[in-house]
Amino acid sequence: MLEINCPYCGLRDEEEFACGGEAHIARPLVDNPISDKDFADYLFYRDNPKGVFLERWRHSAGCRRWFNVVRDTVSHHILEVYPIDTKPSTKAGRAAYQASWRRQSPAEAAARKVPQKTRKTSISKR
Amino acid sequence: MTESNIDRGVRALRDRKKHYSIFSLARQAGNYHQGWQQAWRHAEPKAEYDAVIIGGGGHGLATAYYLASVHNMTNIAVIEKGWLGGGNTGRNTTIIRSNYLWDESASIYEHAMKLWEGLAQDLNFNIMFSQRGVLTIAHSEHELKEMSRRVHAIRLNGIDSDILSPEDIKKFVPIMNMDQNIRYPVMGGFLQKRGGTARHDAVAWGYARAADDMGVDIIQNCEVTGLRRQGRRIVGVETTKGLIKSRKVGCVVAGHSSVLADMAGIRLPIASRPLQALVSEPIKPILDTVIMSNAVHMYISQSDKGEMVLGAGVDKYNSYAQRGSFPVPEHMLAAAVELFPVLSRLRMLRHWGGIVDTCPDASPIISRTDIDGLYFNCGWGTGGFKATPGSGHVFADLIANDRPNDIAAPYALNRFETGLLIDEHGAAGVAH
Ligand SMILES: Cc1cc2nc3c(=O)[nH]c(=O)nc-3n(C[C@H](O)[C@H](O)[C@H](O)COP(=O)(O)OP(=O)(O)OC[C@H]3O[C@@H](n4cnc5c(N)ncnc54)[C@H](O)[C@@H]3O)c2cc1C
Ligand SMILES: [Zn+2]
Repeated sequence: MLEINCPYCGLRDEEEFACGGEAHIARPLVDNPISDKDFADYLFYRDNPKGVFLERWRHSAGCRRWFNVVRDTVSHHILEVYPIDTKPSTKAGRAAYQASWRRQSPAEAAARKVPQKTRKTSISKR
Repeated sequence: MTESNIDRGVRALRDRKKHYSIFSLARQAGNYHQGWQQAWRHAEPKAEYDAVIIGGGGHGLATAYYLASVHNMTNIAVIEKGWLGGGNTGRNTTIIRSNYLWDESASIYEHAMKLWEGLAQDLNFNIMFSQRGVLTIAHSEHELKEMSRRVHAIRLNGIDSDILSPEDIKKFVPIMNMDQNIRYPVMGGFLQKRGGTARHDAVAWGYARAADDMGVDIIQNCEVTGLRRQGRRIVGVETTKGLIKSRKVGCVVAGHSSVLADMAGIRLPIASRPLQALVSEPIKPILDTVIMSNAVHMYISQSDKGEMVLGAGVDKYNSYAQRGSFPVPEHMLAAAVELFPVLSRLRMLRHWGGIVDTCPDASPIISRTDIDGLYFNCGWGTGGFKATPGSGHVFADLIANDRPNDIAAPYALNRFETGLLIDEHGAAGVAH
């Protein structure tokens, strides 16, 4: 069983947490219509590495806040816990961040051009 | 070097497997069982094959068997990094049923069911297929309503399915706790009488033996480490035993599908997750059917040895470690003891995990890829054992003809772009 160090509450058992899957997925922006293929990347395709993985977790039975984790999917070692909206700082975490195909996705390229505060997602438009 | 027809005939006569039967058993008994042949050769890889199947689980071996028996492709190999059936095939709880909601699912799972029904004879191998029935139970009004919708849809596809009232269940499974005041009271259920179980290892071994008999090379302890491409075409696989050339490569590696896809430079919408199971000490027969509950993520049957076989829901995070977290079986065992108080002092003997290839719509991927000659069969997740013969049959057809047949077509990768998903989350529940 994992023990996860919630950045807000400290070390707790895995049972208090929910796993939210791959971290750092850019949501396609309203002003940037993308192809069905690229949208499938956003909606269905997830990184599934054998090794270092960047993922989101939520302390669902605790403070209920989201944060990111760098975890090895073979050893289950947690290498780093870091806040949402920041990037990993460990060597392994940074390397995994750079290596992901996601960095080349059109959704992320478009998101990078728009300053974070002014981003509009397709939901906020409706 | 190619073999002449005469050489081939001589080899076939020499190597042809002896038929397993009551007579061969008696003959061998008289001989202190010293005369049994090995079930398959320990083949070393040739330089080139007409097709290479990666993954020696049930699905890979079935694919090879049908490539040889239906499509006459016998110059082929199955490459397995460990031992045959050492992946999910040998780790699963062996529940077989075909009562799925959508037409696409009905057609592939029922195709498999019909093949299961004749498989022991086809393979001349006792796969211990036992149609003892699979009963799925409901614990709430909502589940009951959903269940009757499902039962009607399943019947419209010509698949047997019956609703059982609590009274029927009491008669059918006397050891089940029918008290309506427990946390998850049993309010009804639906039964597929043709469902049941089979012996997982025997399925792998039976397919391997029959495929080997037709000349298929089964190469164990050989890991694929790379996929060799020439532009957009596959030309071979790199392995720990060297390069093996082939212009058709089928990947059937379950939890490792994303790793193989990565070698080819393509991507799959797959997440690899642990799924856990346990068996108890053997006891006298107390359960002659299979029980599944989607709400409490528990399924149970009794093996022919007398062990209670219990399976849990899938773990919540990605893993390649072939083990899961304790809370998952703990919750499942709590539910099992509530439903079957007779189990409360049973000791568990073994506990393990397998890495399953879960797909966003809980349906498999049987597909060509952007690379010519490279095919994937994966995404069976928590419930692919039941599909083994059907999956192998349609995948062999796809590889041989380079086009999917009607059963396989809906399972192509492009459904994640068109949106034509086959959402079986409900049907499967915990999903097998
Ligand atoms: C605990 C558990 C319970 C389950 N219960 C059920 C159930 O009750 N009913 C049901 O229908 N399904 C069930 N399933 C699911 C079922 O087991 C699988 O869907 C099915 O067995 C998959 O078969 P396969 O042949 O595709 O995969 P596997 O049997 O996993 O075979 C894949 C093979 O590929 C090999 N491989 C991987 N990478 C490489 C490489 N690089 N080179 C060479 N070889 C490689 C692996 O070693 C492995 O042997 C369960 C699974 C688990 C784990
Ligand atoms: Zn917290």
